[in-house]
Amino acid sequence: MSQRVVAMPDTLPLDLFLLFLILIVAFAVVVTRNLMAMAALLAIYSLLMSLVWANMWAMDVAFTEAAVGAGISTILVIGALVTTGVREKARNQVHWPALIVVLITGTALMYGTIDMPLFGDPTAPIHSHVVPEYMAQDVGKVEGGPILTGKPHRLPPGAIFETGNLPPEHSHDEDGHHDAVHQSQTKPAHVNHGDFSHHAPNLVTPMLASYRGYDTMFETAVIFTAGISVILLLRASRKEEEEEADVNASGQGGGE
Amino acid sequence: MKDQGVLRIVTKWMIPFIMVFGFYVVTHGELGPGGGFQGGVILGSAFILYALVFGADHADKVVPRRVLDVTASLGVLIYAGVGTYCMLAGRAFLDYGAIAPLDPAGAESWGMTLVEYGVGITVAAVMIICFNEVARSGGRVARSNPIPDVQEMERLGHDFPPRPPSSIIPPKTS
Repeated sequence: MSQRVVAMPDTLPLDLFLLFLILIVAFAVVVTRNLMAMAALLAIYSLLMSLVWANMWAMDVAFTEAAVGAGISTILVIGALVTTGVREKARNQVHWPALIVVLITGTALMYGTIDMPLFGDPTAPIHSHVVPEYMAQDVGKVEGGPILTGKPHRLPPGAIFETGNLPPEHSHDEDGHHDAVHQSQTKPAHVNHGDFSHHAPNLVTPMLASYRGYDTMFETAVIFTAGISVILLLRASRKEEEEEADVNASGQGGGE
Repeated sequence: MKDQGVLRIVTKWMIPFIMVFGFYVVTHGELGPGGGFQGGVILGSAFILYALVFGADHADKVVPRRVLDVTASLGVLIYAGVGTYCMLAGRAFLDYGAIAPLDPAGAESWGMTLVEYGVGITVAAVMIICFNEVARSGGRVARSNPIPDVQEMERLGHDFPPRPPSSIIPPKTS
């Protein structure tokens, strides 16, 4: 393991405060027996988590958490409460096997994070393997970047890229994009089209849609399957009830 | 909720802006935070807002169920279709370089854009489907399978938990 740089982020008090609030809200979600309050607390939990992601500069994840967690999830939970009722039955005793399993799993997960590289460490594998290639293609063409102004870019902490300074080996060659990158090692710069037509300044979307395209496709299929399951479970019972209502109505009409 | 004038008017004014913003997030996924999933959820929430304020029947007239079913499948078809086209053009599945072989960076951009459109369409349709089915079946599933409320039953004096029908155990007199 490389020597560990002591990295105390400037936002540590904010991180600790958010963690404290999240623990309180999570405990309240489990303990409360009024399920309407639980739905509201789940929305608050999603809001706090999206603040945590935003604090870590993970804007896409924060966006998704706010939209899905605080928006759609809350309305679906409230819709489910219409079916089940808003009081939860009283549980007076703790389920000890479940508590022990959860504590052991949580401790094992926290123990596993000790070996992970520090947050923002420039020598972490993610910052030295794939990210420099994508950054060199994307970030250089932003205003103030090295291609448009000719001056070296003021690098954010943790980024180790310069256009043309790429790792020598390419482990896979499946993309046409990699071919362009490979050629640019001999040529000085990318072609500047003057607009955003040939690159993606948001680094997350090429990762999701191109580097991890298969995963995103199956995620879309999973969402589609969830929609089908909801249709199969909930729509069929409505059709049966409509047929029953028709039969009852015709029976009453025939009886009179 | 339709009788509340303020809700009705404000909702009617807000929904176009929500839809435009959702579409903006989908199309500008490469330029800023966003992408298919986020934009799809925002697009879906516009229609869910309409269903909340104006009722599920009105929302069903605006976007019929069959249209939603077809749209959800269409998004996955677009995504897999892009991959299959790349495969038929001679390269690997989802190898976007096949879209414009002479211009790899532009082909990547086109491939990612099309794929994000597919994702956005599916996610929006599925969100609306989930909300519609949950909202319309509210109460009907419960009436056929009632879940007993423990405190209510204890208050009313019913047997809870129910005793087995046996002559050895005398029936509980409430």
